[in-house]
Amino acid sequence: MEIVFAVVIAVLFGAGLFLMMRRSLVKLVLGIAILSQGANLLIFLGAGLTRENPPFIGADDSALHAGAADALPQALILTAIVIAFGVLAFTLVLVRQAYITLNSDDLDDLKHTDS
Amino acid sequence: MIRESVILNSTTRFMITLLIMFSFYLLLRGHNLPGGGFVGGLVGGASFALYGISFGVQAARNAVFLSPPQMIGWGLIAALLSGVPALLYNKPFLTGWWYHELSVPIIEKFNTPLLFDIGVYLIVAGVTLNIIFALSEAELLEN
Amino acid sequence: MQCRIGVVGMALLLLACIAILNGVARDGIQSVQLGGWSAPFGITFVADLFSAIMLSVSAFIGLCVAVFSLATMDRARVRKGYYLFIHFMLMGVCGAFLTGDIFNLFVWFEVMLIASFVLMALGGERDQMEGAVKYLTLNLLASVFFLSAIGILYGNFGTLNMADLALKAEAGANPELMRLTSVLFFVAFGVKAGLFPLFFWLPASYHTPPVAVSAIFAGLLTKVGMYSLIRVFTLIFDAGESFTNHLLVWVAGFTMVVGVLGAVAQFNIRRLLSFHIISQIGYAVMGLAIFTQWALAGAIYFLVHNIFAKTNLFLISGATYDLRGTDYLKDMGGLYKKAPFLSLLFVISAFGLAGIPPLSGFFGKFLLIKAGLDAGYYIITAIALGVGILTLYSMTKIFAEAFWKDAPGKPLEGDLQWSDTPAKRRALYLPIIAMACGVVLMGVLAQPAISLCLAAGAQLMEPALYIEAVLSQEYLENFLSD
Repeated sequence: MEIVFAVVIAVLFGAGLFLMMRRSLVKLVLGIAILSQGANLLIFLGAGLTRENPPFIGADDSALHAGAADALPQALILTAIVIAFGVLAFTLVLVRQAYITLNSDDLDDLKHTDS
Repeated sequence: MIRESVILNSTTRFMITLLIMFSFYLLLRGHNLPGGGFVGGLVGGASFALYGISFGVQAARNAVFLSPPQMIGWGLIAALLSGVPALLYNKPFLTGWWYHELSVPIIEKFNTPLLFDIGVYLIVAGVTLNIIFALSEAELLEN
Repeated sequence: MQCRIGVVGMALLLLACIAILNGVARDGIQSVQLGGWSAPFGITFVADLFSAIMLSVSAFIGLCVAVFSLATMDRARVRKGYYLFIHFMLMGVCGAFLTGDIFNLFVWFEVMLIASFVLMALGGERDQMEGAVKYLTLNLLASVFFLSAIGILYGNFGTLNMADLALKAEAGANPELMRLTSVLFFVAFGVKAGLFPLFFWLPASYHTPPVAVSAIFAGLLTKVGMYSLIRVFTLIFDAGESFTNHLLVWVAGFTMVVGVLGAVAQFNIRRLLSFHIISQIGYAVMGLAIFTQWALAGAIYFLVHNIFAKTNLFLISGATYDLRGTDYLKDMGGLYKKAPFLSLLFVISAFGLAGIPPLSGFFGKFLLIKAGLDAGYYIITAIALGVGILTLYSMTKIFAEAFWKDAPGKPLEGDLQWSDTPAKRRALYLPIIAMACGVVLMGVLAQPAISLCLAAGAQLMEPALYIEAVLSQEYLENFLSD
């Protein structure tokens, strides 16, 4: 199962970076979104995949049984998703505003501050 | 430009109270069951967003008694205050404090984590509404 | 109203930070477990000398920039929440300096970044939009790398508390995986700090927002990246390990040289200063690469000195804009006649940055070069000295073009952009004077400043102190017995 996840992460990273390197502002935003999903999935995989062993403490137990899934990566991913959501919302507004101000969707027209 | 839709408008009128009540319910039961300030805030924010879609952004702004930035501000203050009682008892900042004497229905006991959750609720609802209002008003300006 | 609360808030922050510095200097490393959940499970905040020094300096800069903004910030931006976002950014910066948990470091970085994105774009001028898109894209990319590195680190060690990570990394880890993770961290922090192959966003964006915003960005944001780099590479990874060490030395050399060469070619005063930020960060990386107590002390001293000098130069570029209404050196001139006192302040900061003896920069470079020679890093030391000369050259270029030469064409009178009332003039010049005093004092009182930095360097070289301050005795014993 890990290998499938690894391939998916690789595809997400590749697709995200590919989109970011296109010249369109909209594709840039899409690239950022896909890239952050790739990173989230990487955290999920990095902590290890556990099947059918949820981290619940039974009514008679006092501690978690051995081999239970780790709940922390999900908390991390949730936090990362929330942050990515906020940043993405801001990016959308910014890109929209940039499009209105610059009247162009082409990143090649954004060279004014480079020299 | 607001597209009037009879079905959406009349459904929204019924749904909005239910949705807001549900968001409070999620907020309050968050201690021992799935829920909490974050989910509650999202539902609360989404319900006003629905109101905005059907009756226009200005109507939705009037319907929320705080402006979204004010909600974020009060939320931050509530979350900050929830940490203070612990300092009075010489515990690290944000240590939970529970009032065991009195039992109230639904929330059971007064406690500082609940205050923190209310802060989170306000912040999440405020942020969501702020973004949605800003984006839909930009849309209005363009059309 | 917002302005006043903003300034008072910054002053309170400064007092709090000085209290922390005082406490840490007296009683050693302090830590607090928020919510009472013990480390490594809870949220940990740690203050050692390094972070306390950085905190106090950041708060001081925040106060100076808030006062400076009273004069220079336009009403529209204030109404849109300029002071609010400056405070948010300072919150992120302070959180990043204090946190003892690597994931929380990510969160504080994002708090800081989101606030800085807003500050960068606030106002919505054409150049600002371009700069903001570049700034945002590359910083978000760095955040993704940071997050991926955290994911791999967690998979490796099963913890995110930095003290716990240090403990477990020391106990043994897969060296290949560690190297990979360290490079990911290096790239993530390197983008934020503006290191050699990753700095392109910085000169393309830092000169676009209002002067006060440029100044606080120049003073703080890259330094937070540098702080994290030093923290992570002293605590979790070993900067002395040969692969990392080579990487750091090469990057330090290239950063210094490329930054200063970029600066020499510029004629927009704020772009020129932006390139200098990059060059100066190279010195701090050099300190980390040499990795001895003296070198780290030099890096810390240099960071503090650089925050003062660089922020002040940006503020002075605001004052020259106030007088001449342009940022282009070719159109300036005659400022020495018009504003001799400002010229003096500029000379103090500029020569401080270049490292002329009685001022702060000299002692920073002295520490680094002494450490470099002691440890046998001759080439990088030579580069550092050469870059110092080029820095001096580009500073004299600003002085000659903006202050010394005669004013071109247009008459000088009546060009005041902001400081048209005495109150505004005070708000404009007070922060510049305060920071110039900082540059002088750090040089004159070098003895206590250097001994403080040496103590901080000693703490960084001894991760065990950090670990003991954070983790409970019980946890450590359990870990050792396993």
